[in-house]
Amino acid sequence: MSLSVSVSSVNKTFLTGKTSVDALKSITFDVQKGELFGLIGPDGAGKTTLFRILTTLMLANSGSASVDGFDVVRDYKEIRKRVGYMPGRFSLYPDLTVAENLSFFATLFNTTLKENYDLVKSIYRQIEPFANRKAGALSGGMKQKLALSCALIHRPSVLFLDEPTTGVDAVSRKEFWELLRELQASGISIVVSTPYMDEAGLCDRVALMQEGKIMEINSPAAITKNFGKPLYAVRASDMFSLMQQLRGAVEVQTCYPFGQYHHVVFHNDQLTLEEVRRVLGTVSTYQLEVQRIDATIEDCFMDLMHR
Amino acid sequence: MSPEFAISVRDLTKRFDRFTAVDAVTFDVRRGEIFGFLGANGAGKTTAMRMLCGLSFPTSGQAQVAGFDLFTESEKIKKNIGYMSQKFSLYEDLTIVENIRFYGGIYGLSDVEIKSKTQRMLNQLHLEDQAKTLARSLPLGWKQKISFSVAMLHQPKIVFLDEPTGGVDPITRREFWTMIYQAAHEGTTVFVTTHYMDEAEYCDRVSIMVDGRIEALNTPAEMKKHFKASSMEEVFIQLARKATRSDG
Amino acid sequence: MKQFLVFVQKEFFHLFRDKRTLLILFGMPVMQILIFGFALTNEVKNARIAILDNAKDGTSRAIIQELGASRYFDIVKIIDRQADLEPAFRSGKIKLAVVFPAGFENDLLHTNAAAIQLIADATDPNVATTLTNYATAIIMDYQAGRRDQQALPLAINTEIRMLYNPQMKGSYNFVPGVMAMVLMLVCAMMTSISIVREKEMGTMEVILVSPIVPIRVIIAKMVPYFILSTVNIGTILLLSVFALDVPIQGNLFLLVGECLLFTITVLALGLLISSITNSQEVAMLISLMGLFLPTIMLSGFMFPVENMPIALQVVSNVVPAKWFYYIVKNVMIKGLTFEFVWKETLILAGMTVFFMVVSIAKFKTRLE
Repeated sequence: MSLSVSVSSVNKTFLTGKTSVDALKSITFDVQKGELFGLIGPDGAGKTTLFRILTTLMLANSGSASVDGFDVVRDYKEIRKRVGYMPGRFSLYPDLTVAENLSFFATLFNTTLKENYDLVKSIYRQIEPFANRKAGALSGGMKQKLALSCALIHRPSVLFLDEPTTGVDAVSRKEFWELLRELQASGISIVVSTPYMDEAGLCDRVALMQEGKIMEINSPAAITKNFGKPLYAVRASDMFSLMQQLRGAVEVQTCYPFGQYHHVVFHNDQLTLEEVRRVLGTVSTYQLEVQRIDATIEDCFMDLMHR
Repeated sequence: MSPEFAISVRDLTKRFDRFTAVDAVTFDVRRGEIFGFLGANGAGKTTAMRMLCGLSFPTSGQAQVAGFDLFTESEKIKKNIGYMSQKFSLYEDLTIVENIRFYGGIYGLSDVEIKSKTQRMLNQLHLEDQAKTLARSLPLGWKQKISFSVAMLHQPKIVFLDEPTGGVDPITRREFWTMIYQAAHEGTTVFVTTHYMDEAEYCDRVSIMVDGRIEALNTPAEMKKHFKASSMEEVFIQLARKATRSDG
Repeated sequence: MKQFLVFVQKEFFHLFRDKRTLLILFGMPVMQILIFGFALTNEVKNARIAILDNAKDGTSRAIIQELGASRYFDIVKIIDRQADLEPAFRSGKIKLAVVFPAGFENDLLHTNAAAIQLIADATDPNVATTLTNYATAIIMDYQAGRRDQQALPLAINTEIRMLYNPQMKGSYNFVPGVMAMVLMLVCAMMTSISIVREKEMGTMEVILVSPIVPIRVIIAKMVPYFILSTVNIGTILLLSVFALDVPIQGNLFLLVGECLLFTITVLALGLLISSITNSQEVAMLISLMGLFLPTIMLSGFMFPVENMPIALQVVSNVVPAKWFYYIVKNVMIKGLTFEFVWKETLILAGMTVFFMVVSIAKFKTRLE
């Protein structure tokens, strides 16, 4: 069985009072063994719901899914023995110390820290100095590492991490992804969800999700290559006016602010840089700068949202 | 202090017992500027912002906000600033219209003004049909945009945005920033804190706080050049690595 | 097994590290016993009374002396004329007046029928009844003593004796009631909150996605509160016996056994509550409104159930504390044996089984 996760046409609808929400619409994808797979999407995309179905905490309305070859409905007990799960908000006991949290979760899985120390070594070393501190008193980055250790402690075959980097500072985020790469090397399949588009580039393959649907699945490199149209970064001294005018121009398909530059896509994808400058020249702005750039995952995401 | 500055801060300090949360910060924010106030959790940026909003009393230093002195005229400041926070924006169990009426009333707007502004806001955001919807049923993106509009209801000189965006899709986030651009274009000064480093790029100038002090203050372009970084995230990581506070 | 033990250990950590709650859980029984035992009593002491002695003979003076010597009464006014009675009452200076008719002793000795008038301020009817009862008891006591000394012909007199609690101490009533309240609070509310907290914090998710069998989670959660309850039961009993002079008349093992049974009943109730809500606030509210309040009002320890409308009497049968209160009163105060309480014990046990079965059935192994 070389597929760690296999999902086929999964649908999930929530009924709250009079309204019903389609949280997942016909989701289909696979995760290979040893892969670092990313679910990229904003709030409401359905990432958490999908995780809960895969970790057997919820039942889908239709479709099927399996983890490590076990069906999520029939064989849920088997799956619960062999997956590691880190839900959003970290789910640690704030009034227990670091060591107590770890020992609790280890024993829950009938193992000990010593037994699987090699697996959590690089993470544990970072939190070891705080072994006797209550988990509630840790910084966001430390909580994150502790939660990861607790999810790993029983040597799972698949790791499900639901938004592990949300709300955590930039430095810790970076370190976290480095840890994930190391873990991947020991053969664990990892499924991560995140709203941060830039983190997509750190995965082997990603699924871009929006409002319950998967828009595209591929490696990050392939997705950006498939952007299709040339992308231009444009800037001027008055960015607001620039944007108003570009959006008003007939040749412009989309113009989105991207901080220091606006990302512009033209209807005509055959324009040369000279022609682009000429088009922009009609827009009266001061200190105009133009350059052709490669699309990022975020550009692709937004483009897919339109279609 | 010069009238071209919306906010002027000199050696502003906040101490809690022996812990100095904000350590003698000094900076100016120009009128109509979009000023990004960045820093890790615990760096002091929330404390600093609360002082400027008149929510917390400084230990020492001087500051002028919207032309009024922070120590002696804090009530006048409150009338001239707007505030939006991601943690709490609208009352979940009130409709959009009721929320606007409430905030409008707090800021002393007349019934006529409230009515016309409500109409204008609903038109601009294309939410005419949702006027009677409870805030809790609205998607996060709309709540953010409405919250911003509500903060701007009384046409403040400065609007303070505390971690305003988060979790929404990239298009909605940009629509939100377009609203901020518009406000700045029309002369409102925007003071925004965020930990999305890519959003720092939308600002005219950015300051980064580390351990209670401002370690860098410049335009994003200049900062990236100075730190030889290709993104604000890298700049931040370089500075944050030097931090001694928190971590643990 | 190790899984189960580490879970119990974790629950003890939670319990002991929440210092504020711990103070309440251990301190409350002590406080309640002391408050109910000493401060809040239905007893009346040092009530202000007045005497109008129209007889001024040996017997009347003897009775007046008995009244004055009693700790229940303080004679604050000697009244000479009938007309002075009402102003004394109106001013609130006295709660009771004892009036001896002229020729009292004469009547007693010669006609075997003498009357003493007791006039009480009945704006608080309970106090009025209590005071007239006390006074009557003292008078009867005197009469009994007098009869022993002189062979008086038999007179019709009412003999009042208070069984089991001759001094009519309120504490006897309150000890079982306090026990029920404390156990209800500790077991039902705290257990339900403890389980719901895991759901709120999100740790329940992680626990579910693990090999532990859910029933072990449930039992592990109940163990610390069971142990805490035994400590509380012991504390309450010790305080009752040594601080309040409420003796344990019946079999101690039977008493403790019934208390432990009730503890399990209430734990199961806590479990049931936790299975119907995901919010700590709601769990607390249900515990307070749905359990605690009915326990206080309908178990019989504060207000007699027999005096309530039929509907409430029926409802009170559903309140476990009612049966428990009955059992404890009978075993602890009356000293009765098991054969007198087996029916109620069975009912309590039946309720326990019912709650446990329903809650275990309702325990969700999934999130929805």
